[in-house]
Amino acid sequence: MNAKISVRDVRKEFALGKESFTALDGVSLDIADNEFLTVVGPSGCGKSTLMNILAGLEQPTSGEALVDGARVSGPGPDRGVIFQQYALFPWLTVRQNVEFGLKTAKVPKGERRARAQHFIDVVGLSDFAEALPKMLSGGMRQRCAIARAYAVNPSILLMDEPFGALDALTRVKLQEQLLDTWSREQRTVMFITHDVDEAVFLANRVVVMAARPGRIYDVIDVDLPYPRTEEFRLSTEFAELRNRVWHSVYHQDGRSAADHRTTRSPEHATP
Amino acid sequence: MAVISDRTAGSARRNRTAQASRARAPRASLVLNLASVAFGIALWWVLAVAGLKLPTPPEVVSRAVTLIGDGTLGKDVAASLTRVLAGFALGTAAAIPVGFLMGWYATGRAIVEPWIQFFRTVPPLAIIPLAIVLMGIGEAPKIFVIFLAAFLACVISTFQGVVDVDRTLINAARVLGTGDAGIFARVVVPASTPFILVGMRVGLGSSWATLVAAELIAAQEGLGYRMQSAQLFYDLPTIFVGLISIGILGLLMDRLLLLAERRLTGWQERR
Repeated sequence: MNAKISVRDVRKEFALGKESFTALDGVSLDIADNEFLTVVGPSGCGKSTLMNILAGLEQPTSGEALVDGARVSGPGPDRGVIFQQYALFPWLTVRQNVEFGLKTAKVPKGERRARAQHFIDVVGLSDFAEALPKMLSGGMRQRCAIARAYAVNPSILLMDEPFGALDALTRVKLQEQLLDTWSREQRTVMFITHDVDEAVFLANRVVVMAARPGRIYDVIDVDLPYPRTEEFRLSTEFAELRNRVWHSVYHQDGRSAADHRTTRSPEHATP
Repeated sequence: MAVISDRTAGSARRNRTAQASRARAPRASLVLNLASVAFGIALWWVLAVAGLKLPTPPEVVSRAVTLIGDGTLGKDVAASLTRVLAGFALGTAAAIPVGFLMGWYATGRAIVEPWIQFFRTVPPLAIIPLAIVLMGIGEAPKIFVIFLAAFLACVISTFQGVVDVDRTLINAARVLGTGDAGIFARVVVPASTPFILVGMRVGLGSSWATLVAAELIAAQEGLGYRMQSAQLFYDLPTIFVGLISIGILGLLMDRLLLLAERRLTGWQERR
């Protein structure tokens, strides 16, 4: 199988004084081209660590992460990252922030302008192109960060709880906008969240992780068509999947859901 | 979208009212400032008339007119300003690269830090006897101690600024494909500018303090020298003219730096 992203038996340990802490253990995962994958799990399950490894900001203790078949050894513009804290450069305007990666790539000025403008328009910040981040609301900052990540044309977007700091209304709005942007500009997305609704609403596939040690607990397909709207959010299919994911996140026992199903005695198994 | 633009319109309105009340506030405090200064001068006058050994304000003003008229004050101010500016310029010019070196490279820090920590505990004035023995009584020792004062104040805060650069911003630049040189020039330098400017203001203050002491010891002209020789003749009005000139010049230079700070670091979110 030629996956876009391939994680093979990744283990990550951190030194905590003299102790060591296992953030990830035996994590293997394939993500297909243009898939929208969400990762959900309790805090401490290593989901951010997994993302940092794919971004090249951290190295696994053992195992490897492959992108297009090549081993990830450091950060690169082929993988755009969107952080929870927005991470906009506060001394640059929205436009200059979006142009940052293009400048690094030495894109000529005219083209740089045009590409930045395109993505500023896509995320709906046209009226704020010359504003500094301090003038923007949290939702607008995150949209600017999304435009900045898109501008360097990465084939992969890695998003680490990007809407986690936003209020519920803004979050729903941005989820819909993100799907809208994604349907127009298809990319492979790995989206980390602790919000079960968000995980189901956005994804082709939800990966549920468990903590101590951080590992993949369950993988749940969301076989429902895009575009997804409010109607989808209120549908019974959504509710069913949401319940399944919820159960998997909040009632974890055993090594993984799959193990659990096989080790359970047949009379207790769900039909 | 409608929700978001409504909200921005609301916050713009709030900003306008906030600006209006802020515009009123400085006018009120300016009136208070002037009243306070007038009261201080009046108190001084009363004390002088009441028999304290002080010159009255008119005596000081007429002395100032004389000193300006015969060119003494102009020459003294020029001599003092040249020393301060030369020492301050050299001090900050050396402090900024050294501060960056300390903040960016652990090795650089380990080599430079003990010296800085040591000299920080020695007041620059304590270096004057040594500087005079080694450099004679010309301009060199005076500029050197001012240099030292400015350097020590500025190097510490530059270093602190580099160390405190938000890791997320550095990571954001890295994932956009920016290398170490680019991160230094485009993230670390702008992010630490506020710290550098604060350091420069502190440095300017201690340069000024050191100047007068340096001139008290061995000089043929300068505000400190003028006050020293006035002391020998019990010439209080001249001492007052010197003190007031130093205060006004220091204040002017500080305001200039503050203006530069506002322009260069207006992107900061102030709480």
